[in-house]
Amino acid sequence: MADNILSVRGLTTEFSGGRGDVRVLDDLSFDVGRGRIVGLVGESGSGKSMTALSLMGLVPQPQGRVTARSILLDGTEISRLGPAGMRALRGRDIAMVFQEPMTSLNPVRKVWEQVGEPLAIHHGLGRRAIRARVLEMFEMVGIPDPKTRLDAYPHQLSGGLRQRAMIAMGLICEPKLLIADEPTTALDVTTQAQILRLMRELRDRVGTSIIMITHDLGIIAEMCDEVNVMYAGQIVEQADVFDLFEKPSHPYTRGLLASIPRATEPRAGRRMPSIPGMVPNLAKLPPGCRFSPRCAEAMPICRRPPDLATLDGGHVARCWLHAAPDTRPMGETA
Amino acid sequence: MTHTSDLAPDLPPDLAPAHEALEEASFLRDTVRAFRRNRMAMVGLAFVVALVVCAVFAPWISPHDPYRVALDEQLLGPSRTYWLGTDNFGRDVLTRILYGARISLVVGIVPSLISLAIGAVMGILSGYLGGRTDFVVMRLADMMIAFPSLLLAMVVMYTLGANLLNIFLALALVGWASVARVVRSQTLALREKEFIEAARANGTSRSRIMFGHIFPNVIPTLIVLFSLSIPEAIMWESSLSFLGVGVQPPEASWGLLVAKGKEYMFQAPTVAIAPGIAILLTVLAFNFIGDGLRDALDPSMKD
Repeated sequence: MADNILSVRGLTTEFSGGRGDVRVLDDLSFDVGRGRIVGLVGESGSGKSMTALSLMGLVPQPQGRVTARSILLDGTEISRLGPAGMRALRGRDIAMVFQEPMTSLNPVRKVWEQVGEPLAIHHGLGRRAIRARVLEMFEMVGIPDPKTRLDAYPHQLSGGLRQRAMIAMGLICEPKLLIADEPTTALDVTTQAQILRLMRELRDRVGTSIIMITHDLGIIAEMCDEVNVMYAGQIVEQADVFDLFEKPSHPYTRGLLASIPRATEPRAGRRMPSIPGMVPNLAKLPPGCRFSPRCAEAMPICRRPPDLATLDGGHVARCWLHAAPDTRPMGETA
Repeated sequence: MTHTSDLAPDLPPDLAPAHEALEEASFLRDTVRAFRRNRMAMVGLAFVVALVVCAVFAPWISPHDPYRVALDEQLLGPSRTYWLGTDNFGRDVLTRILYGARISLVVGIVPSLISLAIGAVMGILSGYLGGRTDFVVMRLADMMIAFPSLLLAMVVMYTLGANLLNIFLALALVGWASVARVVRSQTLALREKEFIEAARANGTSRSRIMFGHIFPNVIPTLIVLFSLSIPEAIMWESSLSFLGVGVQPPEASWGLLVAKGKEYMFQAPTVAIAPGIAILLTVLAFNFIGDGLRDALDPSMKD
């Protein structure tokens, strides 16, 4: 897998607070192939959005501290870049689409000025050139009647149109990587489908690699090539999307899949299946496997932290169920 | 709500000529259009314009000499010669008001603008950068607010001398701190908004975020503060004048006219009341303008 746009090794993010440090991301490693859509899925608080912020260099300072053995963006090491270097990267090489299209546009500035701002920042283009380019982008992301929408203010656009505008803003400098943080969560279902289709089309046409952050396995199934399942700041399962749905290996992934309601099953009077308990407080993690307190298949050995165990075909799971027999007794190798 | 361009009001988009879309609908033109629809604001603007004209052309349009003393015509009531009566030196009150408008308008507007400019910059820097900058700026503002401001202004006037420029300086020194506080608190709220995060995700620099993204959101507040601070500045000027460190007689400012005229309240009420009404109307006019501007600058109030 040499052709990776992004290759993350050992990404760890800690916050120092009043009562010591809290590790919100623990040793994440994953790749994003060129032109691929990679999903990050997990419950609220599992560290999905924090991963995005860490990659963008947007973790609040000075409380947050991001370290990594290596982050390669298209072959260039970016984990040692300072604030100025990261700023030059943001919007040009890595762009982000946020969850809330209703609030991610400045209410007092015209849409075209905001969508075109990365061009002014990174390429120093003049207003006329920016305006022409924004118009092109509006057409590309399928904003109807794009010419008159240029001078609209955010409140004059619907949520779906705003998210299209945000996607236009993200792609306007033709970034290598687009991080979409729950881009459709705030939209209604039909708009959701349109936005997802748009993103997939843009990937096919422009070839931008996408990290898709979501808690919705339906979106993962529809959009992604590969999936990283996150739990309490760790990646617990990593697989090709077909593999993941075919043979989910981590009990957490199985739990997530089981809690998707199915239209075919009769469900009169029965509760929806769900994973008992809640995501643990990161300051008070259980010993060993972080999922073990909620896990139906927990064993005594789960008091020790499991490693990522490799199954067939690059499928990886952080669970003792899959650890190779010889590593089981003392599986605490780093 | 759909937005239709004024360039091609009824044409379907495909029929509108392409170059028109690249013509930017100017923010200024939009704002002016919205402002002109506000009748009260237009009345206020007309009043202020008329006042400015009167002040500028006071020597030509005023019926009498503002400094001519006529001791046989003291404290007359309104008449055909003296429309608003005369003061204790027999000077025409209307003439004095027209001349007073020159000083009062300038004293009302210029120091307000200075303290708004300083306060806005300080407030945004303090609120957005936080940390040490915030600490230093806010302690400075605290000092300004804690110190008796009349005393501070008087000290400035005494040491630097009583002239118009020093009045500006004294009033700006007193006024910026409260503006900075309001702007800072707004900035603190704005910096947590998603659109600021989105701007940072675009690689926007800190100064561009502060003055390109946060500042436009603060403008409506600044306008309200501006229309409130004009009457305040006029009052301040009159306090200073009253205490003898502001405008010096026989120059006339409205505050001074009210202060001097109130001694003759019972013999000739117009001497104090007429400039008082002038202050009232001017303040009202500026408030209407301020309201109109605030609405015109708020994109969600347009269309």
